[in-house]
Amino acid sequence: MIATHLPALQIVVPLVSAPICLLLRRSGLAWALASIVSWAALACAALLLQQVLSSGPISYHLGGWAPPWGIEYRIDAVNGFVLLIVAAIGAVVMPYARVSVAHELPEEQHATFYTALLLCLTGLLGVTITGDAFNLFVFLEISSLSSYVLIALGRDRRALTAAFQYLVMGTIGATFIVIGVGLLYMVTGTLNMLDLAERLPPMSENRTVLAAFAFLTVGAGLKLALFPLHFWLPNAYAYAPSAVTAFLAATATKVSIYILLRFFFTVFGAANTLELGTLENLLIPLGVAAILVCSTVAIFQTDVKRMLAYSSVAQVGYIVLGIGFASTTGLTAAIVHLFNHAMTKGGLFLALGCVVLRLGSARLESLEGLGRRMPLTMFAFVLGGLSLIGVPLTAGFISKWMLVQAALEQDNRFLAAAVAAVILIGSLLAIVYIWRVVEVAYFRPAPEGDGEGEIAEAPLSMLIPTWFLIGASIYFGIDTSLTLGVAKRAAELLLGGGA
Amino acid sequence: MSPESAILLSLGIPLAGAVLIALFGRRPNLREGVTLTTAALLFGTVLTLVPGIMAGGRPEATLIEMLPGLPLRFEVEPLGMLFALIASGLWIVNSIYSIGYMRANREKNQTRFYICFAIALASTMGIAFAGNMLTLFVFYEALTLSTYPLVTHKGDAAAKQGGRTYLGILLFTSIGLQLLAIIWTWQVAGTLDFTLGGILAGKAEGPVVGILLLLYIYGIGKAALMPFHRWLPAAMVAPTPVSALLHAVAVVKAGVFTVMKVVVYIFGIDLLASTGQNLWLIYLAAASILIASLVAMTKDNLKARLAYSTVSQLGYVVLGAALATSWGVIGGSMHIAMHAFGKITLFFCAGAIYTATQKTEVSELSGLGRVMPFTFGAFLIGALSIIGLPPFGGLWGKWYLALGALQAGQIAMVAVLMISSLLSIAYLMPIPIQGFFGKGNGNPGPVEIKEAPLPCLIAIGITAFGCLALFFFPDPIYQLLRPLGFNTNDP
Repeated sequence: MIATHLPALQIVVPLVSAPICLLLRRSGLAWALASIVSWAALACAALLLQQVLSSGPISYHLGGWAPPWGIEYRIDAVNGFVLLIVAAIGAVVMPYARVSVAHELPEEQHATFYTALLLCLTGLLGVTITGDAFNLFVFLEISSLSSYVLIALGRDRRALTAAFQYLVMGTIGATFIVIGVGLLYMVTGTLNMLDLAERLPPMSENRTVLAAFAFLTVGAGLKLALFPLHFWLPNAYAYAPSAVTAFLAATATKVSIYILLRFFFTVFGAANTLELGTLENLLIPLGVAAILVCSTVAIFQTDVKRMLAYSSVAQVGYIVLGIGFASTTGLTAAIVHLFNHAMTKGGLFLALGCVVLRLGSARLESLEGLGRRMPLTMFAFVLGGLSLIGVPLTAGFISKWMLVQAALEQDNRFLAAAVAAVILIGSLLAIVYIWRVVEVAYFRPAPEGDGEGEIAEAPLSMLIPTWFLIGASIYFGIDTSLTLGVAKRAAELLLGGGA
Repeated sequence: MSPESAILLSLGIPLAGAVLIALFGRRPNLREGVTLTTAALLFGTVLTLVPGIMAGGRPEATLIEMLPGLPLRFEVEPLGMLFALIASGLWIVNSIYSIGYMRANREKNQTRFYICFAIALASTMGIAFAGNMLTLFVFYEALTLSTYPLVTHKGDAAAKQGGRTYLGILLFTSIGLQLLAIIWTWQVAGTLDFTLGGILAGKAEGPVVGILLLLYIYGIGKAALMPFHRWLPAAMVAPTPVSALLHAVAVVKAGVFTVMKVVVYIFGIDLLASTGQNLWLIYLAAASILIASLVAMTKDNLKARLAYSTVSQLGYVVLGAALATSWGVIGGSMHIAMHAFGKITLFFCAGAIYTATQKTEVSELSGLGRVMPFTFGAFLIGALSIIGLPPFGGLWGKWYLALGALQAGQIAMVAVLMISSLLSIAYLMPIPIQGFFGKGNGNPGPVEIKEAPLPCLIAIGITAFGCLALFFFPDPIYQLLRPLGFNTNDP
């Protein structure tokens, strides 16, 4: 009974719990409920993925209305994997949030915070699980609106302008997506993705379809911070509360990338609207530019949170590059990096959250001597940084390996070598920005005056989630059977077109 | 003990040692006891593998499949056997030395020092026994990272700067060039397993071979082939035991060892010789040998001079690989062993001089030999071995290298070897000569002048004796390495 309704429970449980959180009002209670719900969501996602892997895609008809009229939730290896990523990050961040939020937000906002975070989780899970194009837009708006609220809760006043900036850009993105969906509905009369995929091929020359494709690409590009549409992201990440930064960095852009993948390969893939050349000419240059420009910009940041935010845009560049190759290896690399980067960047932002808890800021110079005073936090940061660089035995290495391999598979020898070189140069730039932090934390003496005893290691409730993600980014650099296996299946599924 | 478990234990023992060292961090005597025991156990374990290898066995062990079709796999072959023996054997000696040095100089963070040292040794074993290029690369990077805290041990501005150069060059070359070459090889050959005769033969030709070789040779920054040698002098900010074992033996030898592995097992010397792509590498190696020797003469800082001498000597091994003949490969590999004993002796002496007198510059050592006769005597032995004079082991490496050069028809390279020997006389011999016969500056420094602590002297004695013993008994090494010359084109 429950097993058959898992897809619905995945969404309904966090959706219903969100307003309850608000009604509970008490910070502790709201947190407890949110944590339990996030774990339930993780269990749900894990069961769904397992079911998909063992017995193929699941189709769930909401309310018993058969598609294409009713809304269909459709889970295959691609979104099953993304669901797991989102739910796992949610389940790790929730327990972490309690101390961090208590420190950064006034008491009366706590219940609002957990409500918004749960709604955001619901939205992201919904975008991922649904097989209906318009439903996707609705969930995207749920997650976006709640994330504007979450960012605006940051205690720095600049959080308000950052949230506003994100609101404007995010709304444009969402509007573009809904325009794209609308255009598709106009010509095909359906909103179901599979149905769309079947109806689009005869009209691949149709201008309206091409326009829809363009709107969807730019809309998703805005939401996933595709270079050069990324300007909202650094501010939003830098000024949001620590837990929110970690959650959004690891999930929001990843889900937007999933939207791109789904539309490119499932909806338009069969229609062949998508000349592979277009994809190559568009995504590869943008990916390369993102890697080079944003990694370089990251080097010059004085705020570590902002630095990691720019690094995120660069990492999105890697994923986009993998998608641009449009080959099995390329997509495998993109999807596996989706997972690996979520673990790594989530862990890094959580580690920074510990720093902010103790120091009140993440400015580079305030980290002086922190290697001695918060050894566990800083060591976690260093390990996460190594994964970002792509040192062997970390998850980042696996991603880089697959990406370079995908690049070298390209027919054009010169392009292949050039792109492979860019990927590796990106790693080298990452060494520079990570090592700036390492040198400050380990080689500069702690500032005089504020006493050694004052700054202690972060509490366990924050260290354990941090180390959980950092540990995952090491573990999945050694044992890759789960990540690479699922990513490869997902890539084959996407390239097979349709189902 | 089965060979498989011996291989895995060789990695596990130092790692377990690291954990125990961390646990006993507050009790220095126990901690150092753990280090010594670990080193002895490791050497014993490595020794158990020798008879099997001599008999032609190639034991292997697989850990886990890291990438599809690419497991972390170990396979012991002669070259790796030799490298593992040298590194683990000298670790024992070096640990004895470290205890004397670190305590006499009252270094801070000694626990971290010993932990990182043990991890570095585990990485070295991983490199030595790697069964495919991916495994080698994994441990290659682990070695870079685990030695970074050792290089920057002092934690001051100079250490930070040195560490930056160290990490910058080593990571830049390995990630930027070597990784690219590895993935490319995987793409072309479909395997990364080390196979005698090479895996690229018949799969790649002409310019591709040349480009791949270039990427590998410069990508293996640890081999310190000029112009990517700057990290080695920079690493001299480390305490002397680190310079001695890691930057004269484990790290740099890991570099040239990797070059050897790549040439012998990835390209195959036949492929290199037949495409002629080895020619430019021969010239690069020769240039590195000569230029580094010349630079060494200009250095007044003793450790810097030794570092450049190492750069020059590493060029010998690369030259041996580049010659792509059986004698060249054997000579280069043998030189790994011979140079290890000579150079570690020299570094030990440099550290002993520093410990006893706090002197670091060559120009300050005048007359000091009469105060520290034992140390300077050992220095003389090490220097003679590096120069390649009998009755010391260094002779044999050069001997076979010269044979290899003749075999490849490169008469000029024989001349390079001779000139380099002369140059090394010029930069090494003044030190003991001035030490014994120089006048001294008349006003002894603030530190009372005497020999270094006993553990240091014991270590120096062992390695100096090793230089001598290797002259008389090079045969086991030759027998071990002989299978590498298999399958080659004699002139």
